[in-house]
Amino acid sequence: MNDTPVIRTQGIVKVYSLGATEVHALRGIDLTMVQGEFVAVMGASGSGKSTLMNILGCLDVPTEGTYDLDGERVNGLDRNALANIRNRKIGFVFQGFNLLARTSAVENVELPLLYDRSGKKTATRKLALEALDRVGLADRAHHMPNELSGGQQQRVAIARGLVTRPALLLADEPTGNLDTRTSIEILALFQELNAQGITIVLVTHERDISTYTKRIVELRDGRVTRDMPVAERGAAREDLKSLALDEEAV
Amino acid sequence: MRSWTLVKVAWQSILKNTMRTLLTMLGIIIGVGAVIVMVAVGQGAQLRIRQQIENLGTNMIVLTAGASAQGGVSQGAQSFNRLTTDNVDTLRRESTLLSAISPVVVAPTQAIGGAGNWRTVVNGISTDYAIIRDWTTTSGSFFDVADQRSARKVAVLGATVAKNLFPDQDPVGEEIQLRDVPFKIIGVLASKGQTAGGSDQDDVVLAPYTTVQSRLAGRKFIPQILASTATPDDIAAAQEEIRAIMREAHRLASWEEDDFTVRNQTDLAETAQGTTEVMTALLAAIASISLLVGGIGIMNIMLVSVTERTREIGIRLAVGAHGSDVMTQFLVESTVMSLLGGAIGIAVGFAGARLLGHFTGWSTAVSPPIVLLALAFSASVGIFFGFYPARKAAGLNPIEALRYE
Repeated sequence: MNDTPVIRTQGIVKVYSLGATEVHALRGIDLTMVQGEFVAVMGASGSGKSTLMNILGCLDVPTEGTYDLDGERVNGLDRNALANIRNRKIGFVFQGFNLLARTSAVENVELPLLYDRSGKKTATRKLALEALDRVGLADRAHHMPNELSGGQQQRVAIARGLVTRPALLLADEPTGNLDTRTSIEILALFQELNAQGITIVLVTHERDISTYTKRIVELRDGRVTRDMPVAERGAAREDLKSLALDEEAV
Repeated sequence: MRSWTLVKVAWQSILKNTMRTLLTMLGIIIGVGAVIVMVAVGQGAQLRIRQQIENLGTNMIVLTAGASAQGGVSQGAQSFNRLTTDNVDTLRRESTLLSAISPVVVAPTQAIGGAGNWRTVVNGISTDYAIIRDWTTTSGSFFDVADQRSARKVAVLGATVAKNLFPDQDPVGEEIQLRDVPFKIIGVLASKGQTAGGSDQDDVVLAPYTTVQSRLAGRKFIPQILASTATPDDIAAAQEEIRAIMREAHRLASWEEDDFTVRNQTDLAETAQGTTEVMTALLAAIASISLLVGGIGIMNIMLVSVTERTREIGIRLAVGAHGSDVMTQFLVESTVMSLLGGAIGIAVGFAGARLLGHFTGWSTAVSPPIVLLALAFSASVGIFFGFYPARKAAGLNPIEALRYE
């Protein structure tokens, strides 16, 4: 554990120019997240949460303001430097899973390691299998994505996010394409990973989902309108059990 | 990203889209195959022409009458014939480099004998002719010096004449009438086939020039004198020697032009070679166009592939790929594809050349440099036509690429 915040943004502004008109997607975001946090970023569409997610994920750069990720100043870096940061420090989980088609689970998980430039992560296959084991899919390593269920595909994507041992796991609507039960399963996995010390930022518009995190940040019109800890935190594992009982009763 | 991984990724992508890959490669396969077949046909033709020219005779020098100019107007070969058998004797006497020399007196004749009659040409020649043309008999023998001196009425038949007049028997010992003069057949020549120009060398009757001049041609002048040297190295010097001797024999003043022409086999060979080289280049150029079209096919597919795989590119960029990684991946993919197509094309070209040779009887020759050239060309086609799509892929914005449906 160290005291360096995983995320520290100061006065982040993002302005898109669409021809003559300027769209202010973010109007000054100050956020600090330390290691071990599990934060839900919420907001309606148009609130700026996708833009914030892209900036936090180093896929985009802010127009103004500073962003430090795991102690490294990110704004002002070029395309390739940003790619390196993404590779080393961020694990992505997307709504649409975004796995490579016709590519086995283990190969998908291996992908970020192929772009590793530190030269340290050479045992890519072994690391990928370990990551799959962490999400409970060691026995599905050689299945193709179309042979896996939605929940399993998302687990593979999570393993891909974990494989580089990033400082931050960034999940963008990870349960958007899943049914309730599978969604809770995925959240149970997130909670377990978080309990192991992994910092997770989860972007969602579902209030149910956000109750499984530790802290909720709400955005509206490009500003943070609410930032507070979750009072009654749900335990996804327990909820799964009760869900199973309900189903039996029916 | 390690280069080996790149090749592996490209290879996986090629394998994952077998049908599309095959169709794309088809253009390159056909292009490379066509180039190889065409060049093989061209080079086969060259080889055959060279063999045919060698077949005419070894180290042969041809002295023809004519090439006179009267008042500045060139009359062309044989327009002014002053070659005589005396010239042959002079050359034989004075030349130091010629190993064999023979006049050729030509008399077109209706030959009658055996099964019927046959229009052919009687060549009046000396005994050296067989040496110069490197010609042997399959039956009987050539006439000798005694036959020549006594102007005996003996004839050696070319294979075509023998076949037409005496289809089922050995003509040696039989009689043949040439312009109503009976000749005794003493030999049949081995077949030499067609000349490069397509005329049948076997459609001929050979007889001593003394006999032909006195009995058939009745002219003093002869159209052609053939000679040969002992080694190919002497040919150029021998040609000069012949020129000097002939100019003196014809008493030409220094300001007068030659009234004869001296050529050798190499000149003929070079002319024929030049023609077939042009043909080969033309064929290769036409075939190259299909290779170019194949390259455009690769570009087309790669562009479609980039669009189709926008999401994949987005994922790769998101997890840390540099633009250059994506670019290299697509370049390697197009190059591997075109190289593979090139390799298959070479195999197809080999088989095609073999088949074509088998069915048409043309001789074909696949040369290693062309194979290497085709391979190098197909690789550069891959890189060249893969470059634009690859750059397009590398320049994608990861956010938009990830969102692409």
